[in-house]
Amino acid sequence: MTATTATEWEMVVGLEVHCELATATKLFCACRNAFGDEPNTNVCPVCLGLPGSLPVLNRHAVELAMRVGLALHSSVEPSLFHRKNYFYPDMPKDYQVSQYDEPLNVGGWLDLPDGSRVGVTRAHMEEDTGKTTHVGGGGGRIHGADHSLVDYNRAGVPLVEIVSEPDIRSSEQAKAYVNELRAILVAIGASDARMEEGSLRIDANVSLRRPGAEAFGTRAEIKNLNSVRSLGRALEYEVRRQAGRLEAGEPVVQETRHWNEDEGRTSSMRSKEEAYDYRYFPEPDLVPLAPSDEWLAGVRAALPVLPADRRVALAAAAGVAGTDPAVATVVHLGLDDLVLAAVAAGAGGRLALNRAANELAHGAVPDAAAFAGVLRMEGDGRLTATQAKAVLAELVASGGDPEAIAKAKGFEALDGGVVAAAVDAAIAAAPEEWARFVAGEAKVAGFFVGKVMAATAGKADGKAVTALLRERMADR
Amino acid sequence: MTSAVDIARDVRAGARSARDVVETHLSAVAGREAELHAFNLVLADEARAGADEIDRRVAAGEDPGPLAGVPVALKDNLCTRGIPTTCSSRILEGWRPPYDATVVARVRAAGAVVVGKTNMDEFAMGSSTENSAFGPTRNPHDPSRVPGGSSGGSAAAVAAGFASLALGSDTGGSIRQPAALCGVVGVKPTYGLVSRYGLVAFASSLDQVGPFAGSVADAALLLDVIAGHDPADSTSVPRPAPSCSAVLGDGVEGLRIGVVRELLEGIDPEVAARVSAAAAALDAAGAKVEEVGVPATTLALSAYYVLATAEASSNLARYDGARYGLRVAGDDVTAMYGATRAAGFGAEVKRRIMLGTYALSAGYYDAYYGQAQRARTLIIRAFDVAYASYDLLLAPVTPTTAFPLGAKTADPLTMYLSDVCTIPSNLAGHPAISVPYGLGAGGLPIGVQILAPALAETTMFRAAAALERSLA
Ligand SMILES: [Zn+2]
Repeated sequence: MTATTATEWEMVVGLEVHCELATATKLFCACRNAFGDEPNTNVCPVCLGLPGSLPVLNRHAVELAMRVGLALHSSVEPSLFHRKNYFYPDMPKDYQVSQYDEPLNVGGWLDLPDGSRVGVTRAHMEEDTGKTTHVGGGGGRIHGADHSLVDYNRAGVPLVEIVSEPDIRSSEQAKAYVNELRAILVAIGASDARMEEGSLRIDANVSLRRPGAEAFGTRAEIKNLNSVRSLGRALEYEVRRQAGRLEAGEPVVQETRHWNEDEGRTSSMRSKEEAYDYRYFPEPDLVPLAPSDEWLAGVRAALPVLPADRRVALAAAAGVAGTDPAVATVVHLGLDDLVLAAVAAGAGGRLALNRAANELAHGAVPDAAAFAGVLRMEGDGRLTATQAKAVLAELVASGGDPEAIAKAKGFEALDGGVVAAAVDAAIAAAPEEWARFVAGEAKVAGFFVGKVMAATAGKADGKAVTALLRERMADR
Repeated sequence: MTSAVDIARDVRAGARSARDVVETHLSAVAGREAELHAFNLVLADEARAGADEIDRRVAAGEDPGPLAGVPVALKDNLCTRGIPTTCSSRILEGWRPPYDATVVARVRAAGAVVVGKTNMDEFAMGSSTENSAFGPTRNPHDPSRVPGGSSGGSAAAVAAGFASLALGSDTGGSIRQPAALCGVVGVKPTYGLVSRYGLVAFASSLDQVGPFAGSVADAALLLDVIAGHDPADSTSVPRPAPSCSAVLGDGVEGLRIGVVRELLEGIDPEVAARVSAAAAALDAAGAKVEEVGVPATTLALSAYYVLATAEASSNLARYDGARYGLRVAGDDVTAMYGATRAAGFGAEVKRRIMLGTYALSAGYYDAYYGQAQRARTLIIRAFDVAYASYDLLLAPVTPTTAFPLGAKTADPLTMYLSDVCTIPSNLAGHPAISVPYGLGAGGLPIGVQILAPALAETTMFRAAAALERSLA
């Protein structure tokens, strides 16, 4: 199969994201919800599913799940818990308490930085399973293992499963969706969304169809995607695999496939025929969950401004397009308030965005007034770009007044006459290069800028030097 | 036989020692337990120590509570901290719960002395206590006959004087039916009135813990102790329960009582005759009694055997050998599950797990589980209609008196019919009480059942007490 094969097919992807909620305690008991504790220390009769134990719903978990729904523009509705029945050692009760046909959050969408919108089908609550470690043989999977160890600390941790519509059309968009979702979950305090700790886990449904076709192809569900990078790689692999089959006249089989990160490929786990019959039925140990209007209004009122709305506000204030990459970066870094303040204090929007996105990506954030001051000095031509970055670095490291820092660094703007004299001297010293510049070889300007910089110990403004060169050429 | 009310009064007053009370009951156990097998476990040493502690507190001027020194037997599906809780199943072999069920904690806190864990049909599935992995319990009135079930051990323990009171669980009649067959009082409270926390589940939407007692007053005493909100049970009614003991003398003057026509169909004449006698007695006591039709109750049995088995198939999944109880090794985890469950569960439990699994399976859910839920709704509506005109309903508890051991074990459907009169209350979530009302052929006890709308326990107890007085 060739690389062009895949481009003749349209990728159709829907994602199921499992997100552990950042509650203090588990979904149905008072055990600690914490990652990394000694195995089987955060357990009790309820989360171990001991005979006679009963679940009691954690109100804070419901509240966080409602926040997720509201952030995804879902409708928060009266809902029911169901039992999803299947046998597995990491499930203490051999059923999982989940939501089925009456989920808490129905519908919604997610706006991505590139301007696209991905629909959300539902975001429902459920309990996490324990964590199984398969020891010896079997390559970490249960079949062929010598024995297995189960840690029930994770059993009963509250989850929200966010199911997207099959609206995603590229691996880049899939990765952007997950990154945006993570940003939202963190912003609303619903989850730490750490994929490396398993608090965010992704399954992908992938199918192919010819561009322009309406009907979906047969899909495969890919599991074990443990990072955003794995997601991208697995989707690219799966597209090539499915395209290869389709072009060879073989059907894509509806099945669940396992992503092997080391081998960089997916392999079949179980087919549709082997799929579990989960025998869902309403969980009789819990009562229906119907959040009151007051509760819902309170949760809505406490919701912070979401990344997509922050991007819109920032782009408008900075006078750039909403899809501008620097806008997304600044919001992602949480520097939008700083940039908005700088713009309000007279700094240029584009300059403020770029400096924030590129110079403040790591480390401390400068004082807002000082940040605005540096940008104004650069905007006024009193500092060169290089100088402005140096002042900014100093501000971030030690704080202080930008004027004073510039002065201490000797960054006072040069007298126009000094620069002009240096330009004239450079032209006189290099007639050959001057002739090429005059003949239209624009890149030779860099040669003269370098000479002038050297002559002025880097204090000249590159743009001013280029302007002078043009002037001299016109005056010739 | 001294009543629980009298025991508690005397022990609290220092007029009788709890130790003396418990010795009296333990000697009854020593006399007939080998014959009757009411208990899976007799806690003689613990009971003596508990009684001594009650006596010490009384001597110190403390009040041990409303059940001071009263010997209580617990059905073996109620979790007891550190004490084996088997559900009469091999699959829970060796398991000791790390906690007390809420009802167990409440009776202990009220000063009761726990004398043992009683035999039952495995996981409460049965109507004769013959489905116990540890052998059947026998009826104290005629040891060749069953005590009823599934709480047969608790009913027999009270009837034989092994305990003054007992707790059982009622999913489809498992308290009322054995109470009737053993000649004691048995109460199935409103669903949610008594906490299920620590009751090993059979069918969660139907299970309810309730008392066995030698008298209506004793049953009220125990119900008053165990009833009331429990935050550990999400289905628990979130408000205080009214006292049933306080209303026993209030009489039935002016109460409207309907005798359920459908539940008299197919009932042995000697049982039906006692229901008629009870109706006449209540009428004579001032109630207005007449026959009433509650047609949808005829749907109850089939709906029950879909819903209860469906829930059971899920509730009993956890007994897989991975974490506690029996484990039979297998080549892989699936084989271990299969071998453990094959060896650990009895035939009736396996039958119901298979029925319930089938009822929930893709493609069958709506025809079975969905249909049964709709039938349940119809039954609730039919009761609502009846209770618009009547305060209480009257019915038989069981179609027959106690039957001989082995008489119905070959035919599960015949056995299931034993619960035809009791199941409707479970499906509706309503309370009902079984009150002994005379004897049939061979001196076998006959009970009559008083049914009430949700949370109308006090009205129900007024009628039960009046019925009991009418026999005196
Ligand atoms: Zn727990």
